[in-house]
Amino acid sequence: MSLRVAYIAANTFREAVRDRVLYNLIAFALLMSAAAILVGQISIGIERLVVVNLGLTAISLFGIVIAIFIGISLVSKEIEKRTLYTVLSRPVQRWEFIVGKFLGLAGTLVVNTFFMAIGVFGALLYVAHGLNPQDGWIAVALYFIILQFLMITAIALLFSSFSTPLLSAVFAFSLFIIGSFAGDLRSFAGMAQGVTRWLAIGAAYLLPNLSSLNVISSVAHQQPISIQLILSNTIYALVYTGMAICGSVLIFERRNLK
Amino acid sequence: MTTHARTTKIAATALLVCLVSTAFALHHLDRIQTQTTSEDVLYLSSPKVLKRLSLGYDGLLADLYWTRAIQYFGTKHYQHARDYKLLAPLLEITTTLDPHLIVAYEFGANFLAPPPPFGSGMPQRAIRLVEYGIRNNPDDWKLYYNLGFIDYMELKDYAQAADAFARGAKVPNAHPALKVMAAEMAQHAGDSQMAQIMWTTAFQSAKDPYIRANAITHLRALQVDQDISSLETLISVYRQKTGHPPSSFTDLQEIGLLRALPLDPFGHAYKLTPGGRVELRDPDNFPFITKGTPPGYVAPPVRFRPEDLGAS
Repeated sequence: MSLRVAYIAANTFREAVRDRVLYNLIAFALLMSAAAILVGQISIGIERLVVVNLGLTAISLFGIVIAIFIGISLVSKEIEKRTLYTVLSRPVQRWEFIVGKFLGLAGTLVVNTFFMAIGVFGALLYVAHGLNPQDGWIAVALYFIILQFLMITAIALLFSSFSTPLLSAVFAFSLFIIGSFAGDLRSFAGMAQGVTRWLAIGAAYLLPNLSSLNVISSVAHQQPISIQLILSNTIYALVYTGMAICGSVLIFERRNLK
Repeated sequence: MTTHARTTKIAATALLVCLVSTAFALHHLDRIQTQTTSEDVLYLSSPKVLKRLSLGYDGLLADLYWTRAIQYFGTKHYQHARDYKLLAPLLEITTTLDPHLIVAYEFGANFLAPPPPFGSGMPQRAIRLVEYGIRNNPDDWKLYYNLGFIDYMELKDYAQAADAFARGAKVPNAHPALKVMAAEMAQHAGDSQMAQIMWTTAFQSAKDPYIRANAITHLRALQVDQDISSLETLISVYRQKTGHPPSSFTDLQEIGLLRALPLDPFGHAYKLTPGGRVELRDPDNFPFITKGTPPGYVAPPVRFRPEDLGAS
């Protein structure tokens, strides 16, 4: 079972690399080099901050765009090209296909993030002429960004399992934006009355909370991240990702592929 | 030549022509657009709305707004502008997006507080900005120092300045000079000696070359003001003794009022005018001076010396 999932994951990774997904690393490298060299000349006192803020924001946004655009086509492309039938005619369960696809894209994003992280630390080394122990918190921010990717990939896969690529992209982007306002949604739920209150509370718990996974500003100022937050975010992101994958599996299992 | 090769050649030439034409058209557009439409507009002026729209990437947006504030102030300052209407909103947006961006409070307050042409002449907005910074970063002693500095230099509110220094002195790892300044303020408020202590502290505590250059330029200006005050006192003593003004500083030396010829901080001799006024040979070297300039002198925009900025 696990071997079949691993094969699908490996093929998904290979396909993403063949689709030149990792070419975004070139754009990222150019962005970081330009930021590291130019910011000192046009601004004052924020050279280090810009490298961290710009680097982590770019990693996050590039990754989210990849997660959504590749994620929404993971299933639909296989159906369109009819390669799905070849896979499913072999002893491969539908859920194995979904989980393998998810792990393949997640792996691509982790590799992508790893190379980008090297770029961020390189630029930081150039700008700050060295690293200090507090810069280690950047690794925590990167870990949170990867957790974000897992959630977004799972959400894109969920929509991809029953909708068209265009609609899936719209839904996934909408959830990403709403997820960034999760704190406001909770505040709104707290202020609302009656049925609206319950609906808002329900929505606040159902929609992804991406805002607590964004600690870019804090680590840019070398502020520590509590172990409690790391643990809570890990549990939340993994459970939410699991929930979205289960949803995808449930829908895909019942989908008529004829 | 094949059709394919001809098409490639024509397309490449057309591409090049279009590229050059675009550059010319853009250049023309830049010339006809007024400065007002391109610069003095804040499409989104609410810091809270911008924070929401940043989708959590508020740190990067704050860096962009801070850079915009720097560019805005720099451009206006270069143009000898006396109106900096976007400066305060830009700084408020920057610090709402990133309340821990200390550099925005430190520099921002120094841009806002001094009167034109050195700043935008809004000391109250500067105080509001620094107070906001203190609320968000209560353990940063430099913010209390900045607050006291504005109270002292711009508002001449010595009680408030003493209070700010005293609050800052209680912060862990605060610069020891804060305690001294809080205590000295009561006795020597308004003295140039006090101003000297404050600029020296600014010079010692800052890492940024611009802050250090600004501090050292102010210290030189204080030195010049002090020298000229002392020389003017000696000249009036000479007048009382002889009944006429001295024709040169040598006259003062001859009757024992002066030991050596007085020199400015760059080693140039001061000038004595026939009317008995003391002037600098090159006042452009000393922005911020209040004495020693010829009648009708208009100071050029402040330019820090490359060696003060750490350039070789």
